[in-house]
Amino acid sequence: MAELTYRDAVAAGIAQEMERDENVVFLGEDVADAGGVFKATVGLLEKFGPRRVRDCPIAEQAILGAAMGAAMTGLKPIAEIMFSDFLAVCWDIVANEMAKMRYMTNGQVTMPVVIRTANGAGSRFGAQHSQSVENWAMAVPGLKVVAPAFPADVKGLIAAAVRDPDPVIVFEQKSLYSMKGEVPDGELVDQLGKARVLRQGKDCTIVALALMVHRALAAAEVLEKEHGISCTVVDVRSLVPLDTQTILSEVAKTGRLVTVEENPRLCGWGAEIASIVADECFWELDGPIIRITTPHIPLPSADRLEDNTIPSVERIVRELREKID
Amino acid sequence: MGVAVDSTVKRKKKTEPETDIGRETRLELFRLQTELRLCEKRAYDLFLQNLIKGTSHLSLGQEAIAAAFGVAMRPDDYTFCTYRGHAHTLARGASMAGVLGELMGRECGLLGGKGGSMHLTDVEKGVMGSYAIIGAHLPVAAGAAWSAQYRGTDQVAVCFFGDGTTNIGAFHEALNFSVVWKLPVIFVCENNLYMEYTAIHTVTAVKNPAADRAAAYGLESILVDGNDADEVYRTAVRYMDRARAGGGPALIEAVTYRHSGHSRADPGKYRPEGELERWLERDPIKVYRERLLKLGFNEPTLADVEAESLRKVDEATAIARASPPPALDAIDKDLWADGGTAWRN
Repeated sequence: MAELTYRDAVAAGIAQEMERDENVVFLGEDVADAGGVFKATVGLLEKFGPRRVRDCPIAEQAILGAAMGAAMTGLKPIAEIMFSDFLAVCWDIVANEMAKMRYMTNGQVTMPVVIRTANGAGSRFGAQHSQSVENWAMAVPGLKVVAPAFPADVKGLIAAAVRDPDPVIVFEQKSLYSMKGEVPDGELVDQLGKARVLRQGKDCTIVALALMVHRALAAAEVLEKEHGISCTVVDVRSLVPLDTQTILSEVAKTGRLVTVEENPRLCGWGAEIASIVADECFWELDGPIIRITTPHIPLPSADRLEDNTIPSVERIVRELREKID
Repeated sequence: MGVAVDSTVKRKKKTEPETDIGRETRLELFRLQTELRLCEKRAYDLFLQNLIKGTSHLSLGQEAIAAAFGVAMRPDDYTFCTYRGHAHTLARGASMAGVLGELMGRECGLLGGKGGSMHLTDVEKGVMGSYAIIGAHLPVAAGAAWSAQYRGTDQVAVCFFGDGTTNIGAFHEALNFSVVWKLPVIFVCENNLYMEYTAIHTVTAVKNPAADRAAAYGLESILVDGNDADEVYRTAVRYMDRARAGGGPALIEAVTYRHSGHSRADPGKYRPEGELERWLERDPIKVYRERLLKLGFNEPTLADVEAESLRKVDEATAIARASPPPALDAIDKDLWADGGTAWRN
């Protein structure tokens, strides 16, 4: 077991798959020579050479289009979109092309492509470099969507994404890049579509994703120690496929569902989970479903404003104290 | 070169047809153009009978380009088409019943009725999709070319698009990218003078929408008569050979004319009086037929090709008409590689 940062786990996951399979290639802006603007891909160029690790122009449609064309014809590309906000400039390739191709062609085309992107707030970069957009991707049929919270999950889910024959978007939370965690030695391949129960409690089930998992865990500590409220915390990890069985079973045990979401309120991923729980687990609920999200606004940049916009540990504690008996 | 569109299309033909193209190839070019024309006309007839629903974009008058590339390409080369892609798909040898069946929403359709007219695809024949978002397939074609380059297969990707595409961002991104990576991709702009309903020259900064932009990417400006199958064929062979040998991409502007409107909904009334008639005189198939006769092909040989093509279209029509609509279980198939559509457990 080695301790790796979240950013080193990115490079480790990519390297593991590139070593295994000659058809895995990696492309993006500033990813090769510079090792990525977040230094998450340092060393890949040196290890695998410029034929397989390629710097691209600032041209997101070209990057994802090229990744798609290569995926349709035998390669397994990993493409980096530097900030997830930039997905908007190449969303046609993601949502209209990659996602629809297999279905439209009656299964003729296979699309083993991975898009990695730095998502979310915490760096005071303002509204065009800090948004949480995982719910955009979740809304498009044909995309698989994961968002790891821990270094081991980063490595394992990147490996699983590369080996998956369908398009997968990996949302890396940019303020977690420096976080350290234990990563098992040797080959690590995770599974898409599996949530993980990180903590078991009696009073409510908090379902969270990426950075919000850490805040949910911290809030659960405070609630337990200071207020006698005992929380289960589920790390969703994968929005598509969605592990509804784990979520439903954990909600049934505590009788309460709380989602903690970094995406803006409307149609955030928690809304879908709330709907599923209301449909399938209604009689197990002891009280209303609680959604804690970023408000429905673009993200402000000043540290004080940003900190008070995305869900904080204090806000989770406050809302749960108010709403859970 | 920077030759103006008007001067190109009015340029005098050489009086002595060149002999660099073999007789079998010429007959194949004639056969394929004839077949594409008759099939497209049949599609139009089937619309009028309400057997084809939705929209459809015909390439009547533009057949020389699809046919010339179809003949020039290797079976393992990749084709990327637009929503005006029936001809380009057929030109690679895709089943005609499959194309008409797809247009008619039948089970025998190339895509089992799940794609429709604008998304014809036949991966086994190298047709890697028809794309209905302007410009999207240019970077995708570059990606297929990258894959060929990476795997060392010397395949070439050919990407067809219209003049309107030259004003969208993906066109410029794909060109720059392909040149920088020296990819074996041929971008073929079929300039039919109109982006949808609007004359291209009224919305474009340069006279020749593709050829005049080539220099911006360090590419040769290539402008050809898109109604001359021989000229397109020569150009196709030349630049595909170069791309296969590692010489990188080419951007070809083939000037042509759409005999019908943009889509089913468009009668093409915006065209100036007499324009269509002038272009009908330069109908690529009419011109080619006359050339073949001058080159010594017999009238009966050509008439046989025409009769055989019509028979093929009739047969394909009958198969498509007899095919049932798709089974409803198709709805829940093939979102994912596991064959299903499940997004949760």
